[in-house]
Amino acid sequence: MKSAEEILAAIKTALPEAGVELVPNPSPSAQHSLRLDPAHALAVASFLRNDPELALDYCSNATGVDWPGKEITEKVKVTKVVDGVETIVEETVKRVQAGYLEAVYHLYSMKHAHREIAGPVVLRMRTVNRTDQVELPSLTPVWRSAEFQEREIFDLFGIVFTGHPDLRRILMWDGFEDHPMRRDYVDPDDFEYEPTPHDEVLKRAEQHKANTGVTA
Amino acid sequence: MTATDLKSYRPPVIELSEEGDELLEVAMGPHHPSTHGVFRMDVALDGERVVRLKPVFGYLHRNHEKIAETTSYLASMPYTDRLDYFCSLTNNWAYAIAVEKLAGMEVPERAQYIRVITAELTRIQNHASAIGFLLQEMGASGTPLMYAFREREKILDLFEALTGSRMMCNYMRFGGCRVELPKGWLEQVSKIVDGLPEFIDETEALLTGNEILMARTQGVGILKPDLAVNAGVTGPMLRATGVNYDIRKVDHYGIYDRFKFRVPLGDHGDIYDRYMIRILEMRESIEILKQAIKDIPAGPIMDPKSKIRGFRPKAGEAYGRIEAPKGELGFYLISDGSPNPYRYRVRPPSLINLTVLEDMCLGRNVADVVLIFGSVDIVLGEVDR
Amino acid sequence: MAVEPDLKIELGKQGVFVTTISEIYNWGRKNSVWPMQFGLACCAIEMIATTMARYDLARFGAEVFRPSPRQADLMIISGTITKKMAPQVVRLYNQMAEPKYVIAMGACAISGGPFKQGYNVLKGIDRYIPVDVHIPGCPPRPEALIHAFMTLQARIDAQPLTGGDRPRHLDADAQGLFPVPEQGAHDLEPPVNRLVWPLPAPSTSGKPTGSCE
Repeated sequence: MKSAEEILAAIKTALPEAGVELVPNPSPSAQHSLRLDPAHALAVASFLRNDPELALDYCSNATGVDWPGKEITEKVKVTKVVDGVETIVEETVKRVQAGYLEAVYHLYSMKHAHREIAGPVVLRMRTVNRTDQVELPSLTPVWRSAEFQEREIFDLFGIVFTGHPDLRRILMWDGFEDHPMRRDYVDPDDFEYEPTPHDEVLKRAEQHKANTGVTA
Repeated sequence: MTATDLKSYRPPVIELSEEGDELLEVAMGPHHPSTHGVFRMDVALDGERVVRLKPVFGYLHRNHEKIAETTSYLASMPYTDRLDYFCSLTNNWAYAIAVEKLAGMEVPERAQYIRVITAELTRIQNHASAIGFLLQEMGASGTPLMYAFREREKILDLFEALTGSRMMCNYMRFGGCRVELPKGWLEQVSKIVDGLPEFIDETEALLTGNEILMARTQGVGILKPDLAVNAGVTGPMLRATGVNYDIRKVDHYGIYDRFKFRVPLGDHGDIYDRYMIRILEMRESIEILKQAIKDIPAGPIMDPKSKIRGFRPKAGEAYGRIEAPKGELGFYLISDGSPNPYRYRVRPPSLINLTVLEDMCLGRNVADVVLIFGSVDIVLGEVDR
Repeated sequence: MAVEPDLKIELGKQGVFVTTISEIYNWGRKNSVWPMQFGLACCAIEMIATTMARYDLARFGAEVFRPSPRQADLMIISGTITKKMAPQVVRLYNQMAEPKYVIAMGACAISGGPFKQGYNVLKGIDRYIPVDVHIPGCPPRPEALIHAFMTLQARIDAQPLTGGDRPRHLDADAQGLFPVPEQGAHDLEPPVNRLVWPLPAPSTSGKPTGSCE
């Protein structure tokens, strides 16, 4: 198995217009990932699977990640004309970073499995936003193991996979409307006070205290 | 290119026998005696033949991933027990490996050996029960399952002595194991391990050459290797098709490179091969156990640098996987530097092995569906999470 | 009409067995409870272990696990009930013939257990159907299931055949069918059956605002 940099170079030679970037991973696992442009994702995925050197024929894991939009406060130095003199003033600027949904795929090679100790090759794709432009190309035509997992991402995160053969809800029922794995999902308030023996014990202890004036 | 790819890996369309015949739609489940828990198959039948089969999941979807994202890293450890509730110790190990990769932790030698011993015991009791349930579904009601559970109880006693619980062990920690082995535990293990070959021989004497078993399973539920690889099938299911892929050999996680063991492979990919692979894997597990019990060193069982309280790995992500008894069990974690994982994902082998259920069942009789489904060896806690 | 125990023993020594209708009726019922073969989650494995050689539930007359609700008297709810599964559980309960009993096995069946915060987890099956015996534990040991079973037998044994406390199958007006919840856009509808689970609304102080009776 090759490192993410080598795979990136291989993709760039074979498909120069694909627009793949390396996303570094700062954790000790050092599993760096490749970010695909959704428009070319299918071509890149087919290349990764069919290239005899790489032969990433096994897509182990496919999952979604939700990155909601957040407000970022930044201090920006701005040149302003104050009293006719140009001065540099620090201003706090608030801007809203748009959120997006991400699909992550972990690939291995079964053909070259015993060559050396291998880490996964990680692919990621991002949607434009979290509300209306949530389409991504399905990689099920390349790796069928993504079939149920993409359905699960659709169900729980709400990413719509174009080209998926059978995109339906998988874990929740068909009439369900929410996407519960999103960070801003609010689950139905169905907690209730339930009497437990603990309360009886407490009540008895309080009664005992009131009757005798003795604690414990 | 992609369109033809999709076609070659889709289940073939079955031609109907007579024109104008109406299909019979049967919902097998979610309460059905053949299902291992709550699982539904929507089957369309032409006479006895299956022409369409759609699995329906989610009847045991208990939000493991969502709950794990709202609690600390360590608090998810007991939840992993309840994923595949036959194999809590391998689930623990897979999660521990993912977190150890995320935080860059080392595991002491002795803890590695304990992990191997518990994982292989888990594998044996899982495979024994899987064979028992398979035979139960073939109509051998009771007896093979009783034999399997007799052995399983012995192994569960070991787990109880070690961890305090029969099924939900919650034993492993990031960077080691929770408690030291009780006195005399290894002797107990080795006594039970010495008795296991006799149990396997007994099972084999009853089943392997059995005419009914061969008639019902040979050539039934055939899975082709290229489809198996493309559909991400792992574990005994994959190796029964002849693909040599065992993560213990591929990743050498833990200390598996120190043990001598073979990876049994099938060549037909039918139910009989899956049964045989499980029998042979139990025998190999016994060999690993014998070596591990002999070589286990003294020493600490926890990495002294590991933190139990206030555990906050640096921002980043990691994917860790092991060869669980049912296939590749992986955990994918994203940390944002807080005490809770930002994203926590379980890669369930049972769910992904079911991708090919329709392909294996098409054109077969209804009675075979029950058997093919049983031979996949799934646990619903892991399929639906 | 009760017979004095001493007289009964004395008559028994003479070869005369005296009993009451309710005693022999309940004796027969309690020793042939047929559970439904109905596993939901982890607890189901312990339920299977209970029927196996080591624990042997057959000693209590309950070895015949029936796959069909029509033939079963006892539903052992062994595991987490999700909101996707809850309507089916209620439907299966409705399909069982009277007299029927329910054992809620494990923390999940009682209250949602460790998965209580899950969006798809029902917080206890007794929100929809009446439960006779609860067993705590995650999962309960097979001995605990046997204990629950003996508790149920004692309960059956003590049931009078007439009067207000008589079992439902002897009471023509008794409610045996319970409404099946529907799966809505966000949650089950209704989220609770108030006939079975008449509890006060959650209080802010964390203390009970009313009685649970």
